[in-house]
Order: sequence, then structure tokens, then C-alpha cells
Amino acid sequence: MSAQVSSNASTSRAPDNHGLRLAVRYLVLVLIAIIFIFPLIFMIMSSLKPDGQLLSDTRSLAAFLPVGDISFDNYVDAFKRAPVLLFVTNSVIVTGVTVVLSLVVCSIAGFAFVFIDWRGRELMLTLLLATLIVPFETIAIPLLLIASKLPWIGAEGLTFGWLNSYQVQIVPFVVDGLTVYLFIQYFKDLPGELIEAARVEGATWWQVYRRIVMPLAGPVVATAAILKFLAMYNQYLWPLMVVQEETYRPVMVGLQYFFQLNRAWGEIMAYLSLITVPVLAFYLVLQRAFIASIASTGVKG
Amino acid sequence: MASVTLKGIKKSYGVTEVIKGVDLTIADGEFTVFVGPSGCGKSTLLRMIAGLEDISAGTLSIGEQVVNDLPPKDRRIAMVFQSYAIFPHMTVRENVAFGLTIAGAPKEEKDAKVAEAARILQMEHLLDRRPSQLSGGQRQRVAIGRAIVRKPAVFLFDEPLSNLDAALRVDMRMELSKLHADLKATMIYVTHDQVEAMTLADKIVVLNAGIVQQVGSPLELYHQPANLFVAGFIGSPKMNFIEVTAARSEDGRAIVSATDTGPISAPVRTSVSAGQKLTLGIRPHHLALTADGPIAGNVRLIERLGHETIISAALPSGYEIVAALAGDVGLTLGQPVRLAPETSELHLFDASGVAV
Repeated sequence: MSAQVSSNASTSRAPDNHGLRLAVRYLVLVLIAIIFIFPLIFMIMSSLKPDGQLLSDTRSLAAFLPVGDISFDNYVDAFKRAPVLLFVTNSVIVTGVTVVLSLVVCSIAGFAFVFIDWRGRELMLTLLLATLIVPFETIAIPLLLIASKLPWIGAEGLTFGWLNSYQVQIVPFVVDGLTVYLFIQYFKDLPGELIEAARVEGATWWQVYRRIVMPLAGPVVATAAILKFLAMYNQYLWPLMVVQEETYRPVMVGLQYFFQLNRAWGEIMAYLSLITVPVLAFYLVLQRAFIASIASTGVKG
Repeated sequence: MASVTLKGIKKSYGVTEVIKGVDLTIADGEFTVFVGPSGCGKSTLLRMIAGLEDISAGTLSIGEQVVNDLPPKDRRIAMVFQSYAIFPHMTVRENVAFGLTIAGAPKEEKDAKVAEAARILQMEHLLDRRPSQLSGGQRQRVAIGRAIVRKPAVFLFDEPLSNLDAALRVDMRMELSKLHADLKATMIYVTHDQVEAMTLADKIVVLNAGIVQQVGSPLELYHQPANLFVAGFIGSPKMNFIEVTAARSEDGRAIVSATDTGPISAPVRTSVSAGQKLTLGIRPHHLALTADGPIAGNVRLIERLGHETIISAALPSGYEIVAALAGDVGLTLGQPVRLAPETSELHLFDASGVAV
């Protein structure tokens, strides 16, 4: 929008400069795009080359081009070396469930902090914000001790200890201070009279949440979902600590297969290319939802 | 439909008391306007009636029922907000039907009631639009539509016209008046605009600093203001005030004068004693140019409105007296003038500001 406005303005003042300015602007944007996209191109191209060529190509621009001995052998070998699909499935399950639960629980928490008056609200908010400055590494060991003793009712009846499971990778990350805070900040900017109008019209708090607040929360839902997805999909330390069995192993921990015995760079690149697909797919889907939600809400009207 | 009764209503935030004991009865079907300057507590009082603010002390009844502890949805009220507060993600139809949807009304009933509201407010053609496609006046109609479909006992309006431009405000004011006549519902309306209050109200409640200053019909407030605050707040341009000393009083009138005015005879309801310090109130519309008027000054400002001319005259003692003179009066700046008040329309207030 601003680019359009300023280019219109420059058209009316100095038509000769317009084309040049546009060219410079696009040149800069293309350069930035290249800087961001080159590592991805390098990864994908390398995944198609044998190790020897891959390493020798890094001395020239050939590293970014599909030249020389090109094949999908690395992908075939990667699938042989590690259960890639299982790892991707595990990560998608853990990430997907965590994102959905997190959006529901954190938005309800944010709603309660902003719209409902309850005793201890300020204290709870302070505690919540305090958790933002605690690095995960400092609580990882206590959390591991707790998780190793928690009860669970599953197919085998009542068991103790959550290690080697999906829930141990999901439950500790459903609520986090940052996501709740994102919702709080967004909800604070919603016009208070909308909520009061809904209350006067007879809506319960749950109806206000579901019919008024959440339909207007598209942008923050998209933002929170993207942040949560990336954080969960990239989990390494926690699953490394709590998951020893292949059955529940996520993608990042799965990487270690390719560093055992011999370091096969082509296979690593093939593996990385494969596990990038869900991230890109998720981002592209949500990016559309993000833009659509901004375009359709227009809270200010 | 229902009456609204407030008994000893108070509101405090911590130690700060913002509503200091309000006793008021609003009759069934009456259009009552709460008016006062910013921060006088009028909106807080309305929000307490709506159930959006807790009541610190006192009893609030709608009809026969005490509603102090009832949530807004159980008070049989509908409210129209200053910002309209229509839901941006719903169509006009969904907005108007919101309360019925929440109450679980069947679709046929909703459609019929929405159609009825749309007909009353002449917005049938807008029903499938989104709020972002509407003008300010149309949004206000939607907000009013949402209020009327539920057939509430009491309508509450919180400065509903202040976001509209001047011309639209006058139109909407007339429509609200008509709506009240059609629905015959109890309406409580908050505004800081005394012209809105005067034109809409059956009864005006003037508030200042959380205290009711006077309750009465628009003309009662205009002709018999209870105190200096009401006298200064109601009427436009504002009433002129001059410090005067009483010379004597007889037969319901007092003869008063200021340092730079001649003797002026004003009506009094009680008696005043000779030498008593008083404040004389003269409405600008009750002053006329004469050759021998008791108030003499020099013209400092002239506003020509066509049908009348508003002048400000400076008295030797420094008072500025505003007069609204009928028609186009040929005066120039600096010109000496003499003004005579209509003696039956004068007001006197004692040292504590209460009308005497």
C-alpha cells in the first residue's frame, strides 16, 4: 500500500524518475529474496548430488545449480538409513496437536486476563510474564523428573512415567507465556464496547469468546500458530531427553542417524529437504489465512 | 415496558466516589436524558443501570424488580453505544438478530423481527451488507435495530449521536424522537449536548460531579433553573452572570444593581434582604438594545447568523455580556451600546448558588 502511494506521488512530481526508482526498489527486493532463498536452493541442489561432487561444487556457483551427476539416490538412501516418514509423522502429530491445543487454551487464558474480573488476576499475569524470561534449559531437568513419574491412563490401563510417548512432547508446551501474552495484547486492542454490547444482548462469556472475540482474532491466531509451529517442529533438546524409542522420535532428533558411522552430506541434505516440506506447506496455508483475516475483519470499520 | 427507580445509588472506585447518592424515578414510557459536562458521572450512571458497572450502594429497580445483582442480559434492557459497537464480522442481518440468536429464537421469528426492525429504521436494503460498507448514520441505525428487535423494557443510549456530523445528528435526533413516539418505550439517553437534551427529553436530569443538580422538563430547567450550574449549563448561548447587591425587595421582586449597571428589577421566589450579595442571571435572548437600558458597554465581538446577531459587550468593570439580538443589527466593533433585560425573565442566585 505505502509503495503504491509513494509511487503515485512520485509519478505526479517527477515522471522521469518513476521507472528508475521502481527498478532500484525491485533490485533491492530481489537481492534480499536471493539472500534468503539461497540456503534453501543449496540444500535442495546438494540433496541431488553425490558427496564428492557436493563438496567440490561448494567452491563455485555450481553449488546452487543442478549440474553434474544428478539423481534421487540420496533420497532413496536416506529412507533406507532412517525411518524418515515415521519421524515426519511423529513431528507433525506432536506439532499439530500442540498448536491446536495451545491456540485454544492460550486464547481462553488471554480472554480471561483481559475481559473477566477475577481475584488474583494481576498476580497471575505477573507470574505468567515472569515465565518469559526463564530459559527452557533451566527447567528441563526438573521437568524430566516430573514427567518420568506422571500417571497416564492408556491402552494398558494406569501406568506411571510419560517417557517415550506423544503426550510427554505435547503437554508441557501447550501453555506458554508468549502465546498467552500475544493474545492478551491483541484482545486489549479490541473495542471494549463490542464485548459489552454482546453481554447486554445476552451472550455468556463463552459466547462472547466464541462468537465475537475469536472470529475477530484471525491475525493473532495466525501469528501464534506460526510461532508455535516453528518452535515445536524444531524441538531438539526435550525430545532427545524424553524419547529413546524410534516409535515417538521427531525429525530433529532423527538427524543423528546421519552422523553415525559415516557422515553422508548428500543424505543429510535429502533428509533436510524432506522435513522442510511440512514447514513450507504450513506457512503457505497460514499466510493465506493471515492475509484473508486482515482483509475481512476491519475491526475499526 | 417498565419504570426505572434509583434509590441512594452510589459508585466508588476505591476511595473516590464518582456517583454520590442518586434518587430518581423514571416513569414507564418516559424519555429521560442525563446531561452534564465530561466526567460528571452520567455515563457511569447509565452503565450501572445496564449492569456493566457494579453498584457500590443503593437500590436499582426496573419495573418492580430489584436488579442490583442481575447480569445485563437479565435486566430486560438494550443499549446503544457511542461507537455503535456493531460486530464487524457479521452482516447487518446477523448483527440485528444477534440477541435473538443468542436466545435461541427460531429462524422464522428472527427473520420476522429483523424485517420489522429494518422497516421501522428504513434499512431493508442494507441487511446483507457488512458494517465496513456502511456510513456512520447507517451503522447507528443498525445499532438501534439490534436494540429494538428484542423488545426490551428499557432502552439505554450512551451518547449515540456524538460520532456523527452536525447535519446527520439533527436528522437522527428527529428519528429518535419519532422512534420513541412509535415504540412508547422507556428510554434513558446520555449526552453532554444540552441542545440534544432539550429537544429529545420528556425529563432532563442535570448532573455535575456525581450529584443530581436538578430534574425537570426541558422548559422547567430553562425557565426555573435551581442553581447557578443548571442556569449556566442549559441554554445556548450561555446565561450571563453579574455580581449584584440587593437594594430592597417588594411584591416578589428585588431591585438589584452592580457597580456599573443601573437598578434592575428581578423576580424572586423568596425574600432577599437589603445589602445581600447575589448573582444576577440574564439569558442572551432576553436582552434588547435600547436607548436607556441599565447595562452599558462597548461592542467587542459580533457574530452575524442572519436570523439573529450575537454580540459581546464589555462593561467598564470587566464583565463580558453576551446578547442575542433578533435579525441583522447594524453595529460595529467598539460602538457603545445600552442593553435592557426583559425583567420577567431574570434569575437571582444567593451566595451559595441556589436560586432565590
